[in-house]
Amino acid sequence: MKSTLEKIASFIVVIILPALVIYLTVHFGLKRNEPEEIKIALKSETTAQVDHSEFEILKQKFVNPKDVTAACLSCHNKRDDELMKSTHWLWEREAEIPGRGKVKIGKMNIHNNFCTGAQGNNGSCMRCHIGYGWEDKSFDFNDPTNIDCLVCHDKTDTYFKQKGMAGWPATEATATKEFPVPDYNYVAANVGYPDRDNCGVCHFYGGGGNNVKHGDLEEALFHTNRKVDVHMGEDGPNMVCVDCHEAPNHNIKGRSYTVGADNTNRLHCYECHTETPHNDYILDYHNNKIACQTCHIPVYAKVNATTLYWDWSAAGKRDPNGNPIKEYDADHNYSYLSIKGHFVFDNMVQPEYYWFNGTVNHFLRDDTIKQTPVQINSLFGDYADPNAKIWPVKVHRGRQAYDPVYNQLLSVKLFAHNKGEGAFWEDLEWEEAIRQGMEYNERPWSGEYDFIDTEVYWPLNHMVSVKEETLSCKDCHIREKGRLENLNDFYLPGRDYNKLLDYSGFAIIIFSLLGVIVHAILRIF
Amino acid sequence: MKYKKQYLYSKFERFWHWTQMLLVLLLTLTGFEIHGNYEIFGFETSVRLHSASAWSFMGLALLSIFWMFTSKQYINFIPTKNKLKEQVQYYTSGIFKGMPHPTHKTLFNKLNPLQRITYAGLLILIFPVQIITGIAYMYYHYPQNPIDAEGLTLAVYAHTLGAFMVVAFVIVHMYMTTTGYSVSANVKAMISGYEKEPEEGTAKEETKTQTDKH
Repeated sequence: MKSTLEKIASFIVVIILPALVIYLTVHFGLKRNEPEEIKIALKSETTAQVDHSEFEILKQKFVNPKDVTAACLSCHNKRDDELMKSTHWLWEREAEIPGRGKVKIGKMNIHNNFCTGAQGNNGSCMRCHIGYGWEDKSFDFNDPTNIDCLVCHDKTDTYFKQKGMAGWPATEATATKEFPVPDYNYVAANVGYPDRDNCGVCHFYGGGGNNVKHGDLEEALFHTNRKVDVHMGEDGPNMVCVDCHEAPNHNIKGRSYTVGADNTNRLHCYECHTETPHNDYILDYHNNKIACQTCHIPVYAKVNATTLYWDWSAAGKRDPNGNPIKEYDADHNYSYLSIKGHFVFDNMVQPEYYWFNGTVNHFLRDDTIKQTPVQINSLFGDYADPNAKIWPVKVHRGRQAYDPVYNQLLSVKLFAHNKGEGAFWEDLEWEEAIRQGMEYNERPWSGEYDFIDTEVYWPLNHMVSVKEETLSCKDCHIREKGRLENLNDFYLPGRDYNKLLDYSGFAIIIFSLLGVIVHAILRIF
Repeated sequence: MKYKKQYLYSKFERFWHWTQMLLVLLLTLTGFEIHGNYEIFGFETSVRLHSASAWSFMGLALLSIFWMFTSKQYINFIPTKNKLKEQVQYYTSGIFKGMPHPTHKTLFNKLNPLQRITYAGLLILIFPVQIITGIAYMYYHYPQNPIDAEGLTLAVYAHTLGAFMVVAFVIVHMYMTTTGYSVSANVKAMISGYEKEPEEGTAKEETKTQTDKH
């Protein structure tokens, strides 16, 4: 009897209890909480809209859109003051570049490696300025009626700035079928909170075409689904830009990381999603060093292709008849344009990954080239930086004109209304285009030009994927070919190991095995 | 043949041993998967199981420390030089000639001098290092938090080395269970709690063929 009891006791302590411990360990170990649902009242759906069609002042006969602005400001007083301090108006902002001090940077003065720079190409580039007629340096930044209220607040989708007109909509004299004269009374009667058409008309087409610049902002987002953008999907929350990019006093939150050196006025996922969005310790602590975007934007340019490479040095060729050439790749994206050069476009692009602490270095307009590829901007941060996280980045690589004697990037005049005015897009002649571009920008030029490789870094923020398509552990925690294989300033479990240590460890195991085998053989024989 | 039968392993000790065996097995399997050596459970499952079994292991370790001191069983793990030489000679030559064990187990002398050194090393060096580096791994992720440790590389290497040592220990340990008076005697003792040992002077050759009549 005693022996039976002891056997039962043994069974319990040797089998049942250990098994119970393991069961509980596995059961609670594998438990994964569900994220909490986010309930946010969207600005675009909760902001009261006024019926502007009642206002007498908007029923007057408008010829010049500046009169519309004056009418707006007659009620919305002081809004002009707000706007005239904004980056949308100034195209530059004072910012402190770590290690370089305070600088004023923006489209007003920096180079890019797309169309290379706005100044001197005002007719074309300044179409996306929120003003009327920034044709040249004479533009009056202090005249409130130069503000274009309608381009952001038109809800009729009938108001457009005309191509090549430095921000002016069509007039009786310039109207075409594509750009008719806007019906100002109709537009003014239907103004309201900006929707994605208002923002997208510029921000989706930066760089001279759809999705050329950002990669994660493009015309497919006008109407999209959750799989392309989980926030903007019409089958999802159907959010518009200003639901996140709120604009108290016209100071829009969440400015671009690409043209902004210091880490202010940013917009963060946690503002809606909290700092522990997964409700799961292991996933949430990744946010110490991994930006949300890294896992949640596994791929960008999900619909239409984005520019990955742009080689200006190939520009300027003509066909045997002396006409400019256009060539397309298999996906019907430009691969060559005489006016712009050689392109590589792609869609469904996997981002590159870099440490980024929110501050950015910029190649300022008159900087001397010290390295190739020239870093048009570069993201500060590394593993040891407490504020740095790993970010997904679109890197746009280019090859553009520089002065091999002064070692500076060149400003080029690309746009003019007519041939013979020296613009590259009209005449395909570098020398005159550079001469005029440098002259407009009041910069010295040696008279020589060549082409140099450049890189620009665009941290990705949009086209957030549905959760089923986010990255999983093994996209990074893997020995070979993980997404983070180029970030080597820290130990990443699953990827890294110390060769000496591992080889020694396996040697110890093999010697132990051999030792016991030899010992056993000697005992048997 | 006369046997000496003595109660060596209490219920707690046996529960501790077998639970720890399962946890070490789970920790090893998941640990080396996280290390990138193979795929069994999937990376995420391995990470979660590794953390969870680490917690169970630490809980069990606390219980065992409590037990060791209340039952004074810690005495078993204090290294001694007494008969160390004989024990080494036994494993390197005597065992092949069927010589008797130089030491004999009692409740407060369960471990031979070599085992004492090995277990003390395991309990004082390997396990604490695994636990401390493991906790660092789980909770001290990043260099700025709260003091700059410039990453966990060293802790990680120590943890990896400890893992290799544990595997080596398990291999030798499993083999050593076969060196009792019979191949299965030690394992049976850890199951029933009772160790049967031939009375003094009985040669090993004879006992090996004995079937258990008890």
